[in-house]
Amino acid sequence: MTNPRTLYDKIWDAHVVEEQQSGNSLLYIDRHIIHEVTSPQAFEGLRLAGRGLRRVETILAVPDHNVPTTADRETRIDSIESKNQLDALERNAKEFGVDYIPMMDARQGIVHIVGPEQGFTLPGTTIVCGDSHTSTHGAFGALAFGIGTSEVEHVMATQTLILKRSKNLRIDVSGKLGLGVTAKDVALAIIGKIGTAGGTGSVIEFTGSVFRDLSMEGRMTVCNMSIEGGARAGLIAPDQKTYDYIKGRPKAPKGAEFEMAVNYWNSLKSDEGAKYDKEVFIDAADIAPQVTWGTSPEDVLPITGVVPNPADAQDPDKKASIERALAYMGLEPGTRLTDIKVDKVFIGSCTNGRIEDMRAVAEVVRGRKINPSVEGLIVPGSGLVKLQAEQEGLDQVFIDAGFDWREPGCSMCLAMNADKLLPGQRCASTSNRNFEGRQGPKSRTHLVSPAMAAAAAITGRLTDIREL
Amino acid sequence: MDKFTKIRAVAAPLPITNVDTDMIIPQKHLRTIERTGLGKYAFSNIRYNDDGSERDDFVLNKPAYRNAEILIAGENFGCGSSREHAPWALKDFGIKAIIAPSFADIFHGNCFKNGLLPIALPEDIVDEMMKDAEHGANAVFTIDLENLEITRPDGQVVKFEVDSFRQHCLINGLDDIGLTMVKGDKIAAFEAKQKAQQPWLYSQR
Ligand code: SF4
Repeated sequence: MTNPRTLYDKIWDAHVVEEQQSGNSLLYIDRHIIHEVTSPQAFEGLRLAGRGLRRVETILAVPDHNVPTTADRETRIDSIESKNQLDALERNAKEFGVDYIPMMDARQGIVHIVGPEQGFTLPGTTIVCGDSHTSTHGAFGALAFGIGTSEVEHVMATQTLILKRSKNLRIDVSGKLGLGVTAKDVALAIIGKIGTAGGTGSVIEFTGSVFRDLSMEGRMTVCNMSIEGGARAGLIAPDQKTYDYIKGRPKAPKGAEFEMAVNYWNSLKSDEGAKYDKEVFIDAADIAPQVTWGTSPEDVLPITGVVPNPADAQDPDKKASIERALAYMGLEPGTRLTDIKVDKVFIGSCTNGRIEDMRAVAEVVRGRKINPSVEGLIVPGSGLVKLQAEQEGLDQVFIDAGFDWREPGCSMCLAMNADKLLPGQRCASTSNRNFEGRQGPKSRTHLVSPAMAAAAAITGRLTDIREL
Repeated sequence: MDKFTKIRAVAAPLPITNVDTDMIIPQKHLRTIERTGLGKYAFSNIRYNDDGSERDDFVLNKPAYRNAEILIAGENFGCGSSREHAPWALKDFGIKAIIAPSFADIFHGNCFKNGLLPIALPEDIVDEMMKDAEHGANAVFTIDLENLEITRPDGQVVKFEVDSFRQHCLINGLDDIGLTMVKGDKIAAFEAKQKAQQPWLYSQR
């Protein structure tokens, strides 16, 4: 009998090619997604060394970070450097024979939305991408994590990585979520509790009734933000919901192979009695809709709170960091969060750019108008999300309310294309990072759920969705 | 990759916690297809004024620290994105080592691939070194990777730890891809076994 193992242990053990003396392992990588920003130097490295791809069929390429999101996107690429990167991805994909989804294809979108949609993301696999939010795919019970460009090249050439086993961190949220509390609020509340370094060196497994009850979209939102909690990866055990989502997707296993796969996937969940290095328990009833006030995702509070006072901080480093954040954000201690006015609202990103997010926004804004002082931008996470939303008539709801309805891409999540905040502008955003300058130089970001972002668009200030 | 054995250089204090990758290199400078030339953009949002002139209050702009090769910073250095542009920019700027209480995982790994040494030490020691580093041009530290020792400006020696494989690669300037390529047969054997057990991973395209 082997010792009881966690989901993470099982996936890890199944991918070890070789244990090395130094305590590192050579880990096999099953799936690799690439985009235009972090892959060009890897292809260049291969070319310079005269190396090829070990298994070209394991790679999927899609541009997302700096594609324009306007209807005339094909002719709209606003900088020569962006164009060079997009062209390089296409050229490299052709030269090396990689499966490539071009910008004008209906399947194009943000890598972490496209992978699951195409059935490329499967339970029990190891998935990497030169992007930290690769953790999103952990919602399927895949060990998925972001890597740097040198590692992208390493995977391309060898289908492996040299890694040290991480610790097991279990985060359990059980009970019933209150009205207006969504997967995004759960993710933010977790980061508020463990801090942005809380998961460093660990892989998080999310357990408990809240995650079991979430849709696949909601699970992806939670796993997406594992990295904001410092963990390279987050995992949720696969179940019937996972299999139903995967079945019939273009790259998913078919027929007898699908049945065989499900059998294997069912064996992955953590064993009874498996040991975690650390466990955190949160009662779902304690989570209110969340909003960030500072410049780190851990600077988060329930919407009913007030901007913190640095004078109340015990630790001098913490005090300095609150002071720095408030100066940057242009906020006074003691201000009620619901009194903070916003200039823009951004709905989209790999955290909240899926169809369920679009529906949540439509539910709030249907028959309403956005505040005249606010500009609202809705960017679907992929072309397929866009099509689905349009089939459901959501686009008309958004347009009638006064939102700008865009083509898919990362957009104002990181402001690498033309979509960005002006210096000093304040935004309620469904993305995942509120770092200084994230949405453009001197931009001010408040992270919220899609419903909360929609509410802020209507009232012109941060708003408790439960009171709208 | 450049070899890293021993350096003797000025250390600059950057007493900020959670220095994120957007701070190390803002997104607008990621639109490159090269690995080089990013040094001028390192920390650009806090290093330059809007008109492109240098900000006097940024540590690496001060005369005493212009040639600093070591950074001393707060905990969770390098959090955020996986962009290797962050270590590329630091390296190109001339930074060779970073000392902090802790590092974000992906950034930490990326440093080693680029001949940049991240050293994690207990917070109280980093605090003391931060004070040392405030002594401007006199803040000269020696970092000896072979013996895993840092010599502080006053001559005191502090030990540190590094993964032995990473240490070996840095000292010898080895690139891991070459090292792994040699294991092609082992990888092929793994693939054959996995294909028998999970054929669906091999029939998808
Ligand atoms: S949407 Fe934002 S977080 Fe997600 S991959 Fe794009 S830039 Fe990164």
